[in-house]
Parts: sequence; structure tokens; C-alpha cells
Amino acid sequence: MATTPELMVNNLCVQFGGLKAVDQVCFSLKPQTLAGLIGPNGAGKTTVFNALTGLCPVTSGQISFNEKQLTNEAPHNIARYGIARTFQNIRLFRNLTVLDNLRIAYHQNRQYSLLCSVFRSARFKREEAQITAKAKEALALVDLADKADHIAGSLPYGEQRRVEIARALMLNPKLLLLDEPAAGMNPHETQCLLELIRKLRDDLQITVLLIEHDMKLVMNLCEELFVLDYGHLIATGDPKSIQNNERVVEAYLGGCMA
Amino acid sequence: MNKLSSLIKGIILLLAYLVVQLLERQGVLLPYHVQILSLCCINVILVVSLNLINGFTGQFSIGHAGFLAIGAYASAYLTVVWQAPFLFAIICGGVLAGIAGLAVGLPALRLRGDYLAIATLGFGEIIRVIILNTDAVGGARGFSGIPKYTTFGLAYLMAIFTVVVIRNFVTSDYGRACLAVREDEIAAESLGVNSTYFKVLAFTIGAFFAGTAGALFSHYLQYMAPTPNQIGFVKSIDILIMLVLGGLGSITGSIVAAITLTIIPELLRGFAEYRMIIYPILLIIVMIYRPAGLLAGNELSLSGITQFVKGARAHGNHT
Ligand SMILES: Nc1ncnc2c1ncn2[C@@H]1O[C@H](COP(=O)(O)OP(=O)(O)OP(=O)(O)O)[C@@H](O)[C@H]1O
Ligand SMILES: [Mg+2]
Repeated sequence: MATTPELMVNNLCVQFGGLKAVDQVCFSLKPQTLAGLIGPNGAGKTTVFNALTGLCPVTSGQISFNEKQLTNEAPHNIARYGIARTFQNIRLFRNLTVLDNLRIAYHQNRQYSLLCSVFRSARFKREEAQITAKAKEALALVDLADKADHIAGSLPYGEQRRVEIARALMLNPKLLLLDEPAAGMNPHETQCLLELIRKLRDDLQITVLLIEHDMKLVMNLCEELFVLDYGHLIATGDPKSIQNNERVVEAYLGGCMA
Repeated sequence: MNKLSSLIKGIILLLAYLVVQLLERQGVLLPYHVQILSLCCINVILVVSLNLINGFTGQFSIGHAGFLAIGAYASAYLTVVWQAPFLFAIICGGVLAGIAGLAVGLPALRLRGDYLAIATLGFGEIIRVIILNTDAVGGARGFSGIPKYTTFGLAYLMAIFTVVVIRNFVTSDYGRACLAVREDEIAAESLGVNSTYFKVLAFTIGAFFAGTAGALFSHYLQYMAPTPNQIGFVKSIDILIMLVLGGLGSITGSIVAAITLTIIPELLRGFAEYRMIIYPILLIIVMIYRPAGLLAGNELSLSGITQFVKGARAHGNHT
């Protein structure tokens, strides 16, 4: 049986006043693919992510994930369905420790009650120990086990990006959305990131959709690409065919000359 | 380790209580002094409960006296008119205030920052005006003849209870969710935290404890007047100043600030003319040198203190 798509986006439109940031976009993702969403600045990539995670209202169209309708669902419910994300402008809880950043993300799987936490029941202690262990595990995955007690905002940029990925993993997501994960990283860090993302997909069997301007990373990592330009999806396909696609080349060159 | 430090803290708290009792018996502490200590405990409850809303959840409420007023008047009505047991009256005062907190928490979902502050201020004044016009609780004349049920022991116990409950709350998943809402609501939502729910929860719990403090307050003063000083915005601002001075998000800071700022005005009572000069100057100094409050979001802890002492000793050995 051919695998059915996990994520289906159908005629997605997002409008800000008179601006159509996303216009009639359709695409779908099969489970466990590594996909990329690319396009010039202001093409509407982040807006697609925001629509997928409920952070901006969808004007029209449908989003479904494992056959559940997610269109205009509240963000915290979408997280519950197994979609986790990172942000283009890192959104860590800057004043909290790295460990607390991760533990917060286990929120939806917490079982103990308010009374349990107020009276420090055995159940509370057992579960807190599990949450901490799970957070340390996720930190080890991104190779930051030794930074657990650091204040998140004090870490260097590249490490903050990895903490944000680890935090998203605490949700046990099925789909991971990464918004420019390599931004601000040097070539060495970018190479490590590439290996990390591949490893996460293989080990955790998750689907990854990433936005990225670093073409080398995108072409090496992604199996499928979606190209946005002025809110329109102008091309879909594997990296090879995208590289040779006339419209894509034009969109990027046009962007350069402008 | 953890158990041991809890035990040590318990013993210290018990000793403090016994010392106060002993000094009172010996006549070193006058009833007037013990009264001030009771007021310290009441203010600790008020400041720590406001800290949950303003400090940990990042909402900006300046109507905390409204919750205090509800607890104070409701409990007094119960003990005076219905001769209800005091403990029952305290709980009712807390629950009623909690319900009001729920009602205030709901608009808090839509309003942010200054707008929320103004809405909570308005709420506090509405409560005061309602009380002012309710003859059953004395109206503008005030509510007198409230029995003196609040003892130092009870206020002390309630303060400890409040601090323990709120500390355990903020160091659990519930508290982490509140912190997440304070730090970055969008990130919190994207991680599955229902920010609406936690704002309302913080308001409800904070209001509940302010209500219990109100019950202690009315049965301490024995007379409630619906003036801004006692249950209106002046009182709200007083609580807020203690909170900000101790440091938003620091429970121990709230405790230290509540006690200090309750005792200082009493000490300065002799210099009544200068009091309103010294007090603001103190505030200004603290705000200049420690703008994030005395403890700036950190906590005093036993291990921290022992480390400090050890460090000082090691330093002393060197020189
Ligand atoms: N909340 C908003 N309100 C109004 N306009 C918005 C909003 N968010 C995005 N836009 C506009 O929508 C368009 C698409 O923005 P978006 O952030 O999705 O682009 P992007 O493809 O992620 O670009 P970049 O590569 O620079 O991150 C832009 O013109 C932007 O100004
Ligand atoms: Mg973007």
C-alpha cells in the first residue's frame, strides 16, 4: 500500500488586509519525508508555518493532519496533535534555564493533578523525575547535555537554535517544522545541523519540513522541495528538478536584481 | 538532602513562633508589637499571592485590594451576622474572592499590559463602591463590631500555608506553564500551553489567597471602612510596591519586602512628619540600585546561605 499523505494543505490562503501573503497553496507531505520550503524573502514561507501551527488566521482553504482538520484550530491544540515548530527569530524562554525550557514542552503529557503538585505527592515526584530525564535525553540528542543548567538567553546563537529544536522534540512530534534553522550558523555548524536533522528523522521517524535560505543545505538534505514566490507555490519536486526549473531560477534572479 | 532542608526550615519556623510567644509572655514584646507581626503575616499572604499573578504569570494586576475586600467583608458578614466559625468564614472569603478572580481573569485574556492594569484597577474600585452602597455591611459608615479572631499564631500558619502552596505550584508543571506564558505567550502556545487557562488559573488562585488574607485582616482590625486606604487603590498600590521591591518572581523577596515594609512605617510612626519622606526615598534608592527588586527573581535558600557563609569563612581564612 502506498503511503498516504500525513499533512495535506489544500488551497491555503492567508490575507493580511490587502496583502495576499499566501495564495492558493496546495501541497502534501508523506510520513517521514525531509522536505524544504524555499523562496525569496517575503514569499510567505513563515506565514505558511504560522497557518499550520494556528498562529495566524487562515483566510480560506483547509489543512489536515492525519485526516484531522486543523484549519483555524488553537495553537496549543495543534501542538497536541503532534506538530512542533521552531521560530525564525528564536523564541526561547530566555530567562529560564535550558532544562526548564525543555520541561515546559512536556506540559501536554503531564498526568499529575494540581493537588498532587501542591502536596508534592509520590506521583508528582515520580513524574517530575521522568520529565527531567526525558528533557536530558532530548538535550543529549542535540549534543547539549552539559548546558542543562545554563540560562537559555546566555547561550550562543547556534546553541540556542539547537535548544529550540530539542524543546520542540519534547512534544513527541510527528511533524517538525523548522524555520531557518541554519540562520546565523557557520559552515561547520550548518554541516552538523544537517547530520542532526537527518539523524532525528531516522531515529525518531518524524517528518521534517524546513524553511532555509542556505541552498547547499537544502539541496543536500531535502528529498522534496516546495518553492514559494509572492505567496504562490511555483514549483514542487526533488532538488534536481527544482534546480533546473526555469520559473524558480527566474524568481530567485528577479529577487537578486530587485 | 531535600527532606533534611525541609525539616530544618520547619524547625526554624517553629522556633520563630515559640520565640515570639516567649517574648510576649515575658513582656518584651507588647501586644502592639505582636499585632504588627500579625499584620506582617497578612501582608506576606497578599504580596506572595500577587506575585503569582504579576511576577510568575506576567499579568499586570493593580486591583489586588478588591479581592482582599471581598474576603474581608464576606467573612466578617459570616462571623457577625451568622456567627459562623472563623475558619469557615476564611474559606468562604477565599472562595468568593477566587470566583471574582475568575471573573477578572477572563477579560485579562484580551487585555495586555497597561490596559489590563486599568481594568483591574477599575475592578477594585467597583468592589469598593459596591461595598460602600451595601447597607448589610455597614455601607459608608463602615463595618464595625467584627470579633477579634485573628491571632498571631493563625496568621502565621496561614502565611506559611500560602507560601508553601504557591511555591509548590510555581515549581510544578503548572507553574512552568505560567512562566512560559510570562516569557513568551506565542512560544508557550506552540508548545501546547493553553495560555488563557493559565492566566485565569493564576488570577483565581491569587485572588483566593488574597481573600483569605482579607478575612484575617477584617478580624484583625475589627473594623472595615470602605476607603481607598483600606480596601481601595491605595491599598492595591501598597501591595504592588512591596512586590516590586522584593522582586517580581521571587517568593522569598516578597516575604522579605512584605515584612520590612510593614515594620518600617510602624518604626517611623514617631517621626510622623518625616515618614512620607523617608519611605519614598527608600523606594527610590532601591529602584535605582536594584531596579529588578531586592532579590531580582532569585530566591534565598538555606543552601545558598550556607554557601555564602562558607565562602565568607574561606575568604576570612585567606586574609
Ligand atoms: N502578521 C502580519 N501582518 C501583516 N503582514 C504580514 C504579517 N506576517 C507577514 N506579513 C507579510 O506577509 C509577507 C510574507 O511574509 P513571511 O514572513 O511569510 O515571508 P518569508 O517567506 O518567511 O520571508 P523571509 O525569508 O524574509 O523570512 C510579507 O510581505 C510580510 O510583510
Ligand atoms: Mg520567514
